[in-house]
Amino acid sequence: MKHWLFQEEHEALRQAVRRFVQKEIVPNTEKWEEAQEIPRSLFRRCGELGFFGLKFPEEYGGQGGDYLAAAVFKEEVARSGCLGVLAALGVHSGVVLPPLYKFGTEEQRRRYLVPGIAGEKVGALAVTEPNAGSDVASLQTTARREGDFYVLNGSKIFITNGVNADFVIVAAKTRPEAGHRGISLFIVDRRTPGFEVGQKLQKAGLHSSDTGYLIFDNCRVPAANLLGEENRGFYMLMEGFQWERLLLALGAVGMAEAALAHALTYARQRVQFGQPIGRFQAVGHRLAEMATRLEMIRNLTYHALWLFHTGQPCLKEVSMAKLAATEIAHQIAGEALQLHGGYGYMREYPIERIWRDTRVATIVAGTSEIMREIIAREMKV
Amino acid sequence: MKIVVLPKQTFDTEAKITLDAAGKINREGVNLIMNPYDEFAVEEALRLKEKHGGEVTVVSFGGPKVPDILRQALAMGADKAVHVGDEGLEEIDEHTTATILAKLLRDLEYDLILAGWRAIDDGSAQVAGRVAEILGLPMVNMVIKLDIAEGKAVASREIEGGYEVVEVPLPAVITAQKGLNEPRYPTMKGIMQAKKKPMQKLTIADLGLGGEEVAPKVRARRYYLPSPRSQGKIITGEPAEAAAELVRLLREEAKVV
Repeated sequence: MKHWLFQEEHEALRQAVRRFVQKEIVPNTEKWEEAQEIPRSLFRRCGELGFFGLKFPEEYGGQGGDYLAAAVFKEEVARSGCLGVLAALGVHSGVVLPPLYKFGTEEQRRRYLVPGIAGEKVGALAVTEPNAGSDVASLQTTARREGDFYVLNGSKIFITNGVNADFVIVAAKTRPEAGHRGISLFIVDRRTPGFEVGQKLQKAGLHSSDTGYLIFDNCRVPAANLLGEENRGFYMLMEGFQWERLLLALGAVGMAEAALAHALTYARQRVQFGQPIGRFQAVGHRLAEMATRLEMIRNLTYHALWLFHTGQPCLKEVSMAKLAATEIAHQIAGEALQLHGGYGYMREYPIERIWRDTRVATIVAGTSEIMREIIAREMKV
Repeated sequence: MKIVVLPKQTFDTEAKITLDAAGKINREGVNLIMNPYDEFAVEEALRLKEKHGGEVTVVSFGGPKVPDILRQALAMGADKAVHVGDEGLEEIDEHTTATILAKLLRDLEYDLILAGWRAIDDGSAQVAGRVAEILGLPMVNMVIKLDIAEGKAVASREIEGGYEVVEVPLPAVITAQKGLNEPRYPTMKGIMQAKKKPMQKLTIADLGLGGEEVAPKVRARRYYLPSPRSQGKIITGEPAEAAAELVRLLREEAKVV
């Protein structure tokens, strides 16, 4: 049953995560969606169970595993059918913690990575701005050096965990005239004067993940909080994008799996015209098609994951996986909703949320349009 | 303190049971797990070890996939495992299993033997009791709280309408009931460490057993699945008439009133 990419230990981890998700996430998703955030206790619980430290060394409280272990965690959380939970947990562990480990000083690792792995501190990454989305190099937030401080000015939008995070890694221009060669990253503590959460943004889906609009108004950040080298921020972000896009693809696969499972259960139970609707060929074939496309995106994603895991060039394949998995997962979710008829459109049925949640996946971490652009460029069209 | 736990591999609680052409339970493609009551036993052993020090050994008898649950116990924190394979045994019963486990236990050092009070598959709740009997040990069943001190076990168990607290000298056999604890999930670190922990594989012949000694005393003659639930009946018509019809059907067809 298991895919060749994963070893016995990954499958053992998968069983553990699957049980954790069934027991401690699935029964609470409605409550968290309503509250529009997940509780701090869930971050601490994931920290305690070692889920945030899967790919980090033990000296920082990690588990000493690998990217495959981290991938298993993300995919299994997505199978809960609640992408908001994965967004909150995944951004923290898969997007914020890796650059802290890779580029952080020992002091920064102690202050942010270690409590981050333990789930005691929650992080966010703030790159996108109202006027700078796909065009990262055009961002307008500035960081001006003043003695032992950098002074940040600007605003950030659509920031996952932005409302509740204890610290935010902020991308800002240290050389505004230099385009992508003038971007630096700063770790900004929540309580730094001049840093404010403008508002909690209301979204179509991902309700259990808080999304913030952040304002930096003469926010003075100690120079010691510069992450990595000055003006190298763009390249550090680019390095993180491959893993982030793989996470989106894995999340999409998990969500598609949840959608198909709901559709299958419903098709077996729902009786119309005297028989379960799954027995109608139109429905049966549709489910067969959905299952087939799920396997396609799963294998494309695993292939890209394998390339990434083994250190091979994978820009094109990761972009393909992200593109196909997110687009097709949302299609599968839509088909699954359709098979539920009117009930599928009702809030009581999880398929409604899966369909709303998967919609965002073709937008975040690089839109489908940007993915196609990268693939075309890699093909030397 | 040395603790031995006796977990059993069972079907997943969500497994769909089917019968094969020969009328036996079909084991093909079924997800197998550690019997949930045995997980309580493993967890309790680990907590006792964490409190009092010592060593936890997990022992299981069964087919080629049994090492999966033993590795799970090792990943949770047990120290070593022994798998007794069921090669060459066509049919088994509780007598077979208990005889084999008791024989192995004679060669092990232990202060305490823990197991789930029953397995969720056949639900016979016999093996731990039989092991205690063969070894001449005291046994407390369906325990929901356990304390160990000064060579004694103080155990609380559910009884009709309340609880009973009993004390037994060690070594003893204790079986776990739901509520004893909340089993931990194996961590990645634990899973990696488990790969390096000793897992011994034995055959029945290695234990010096075979033939009549382990032949089952009880044989299943037939397995059958419960008949599928028939569809509900909807009674239409005016409420008063429908109610009268419902009463008639309950009396004449269902014969419940």
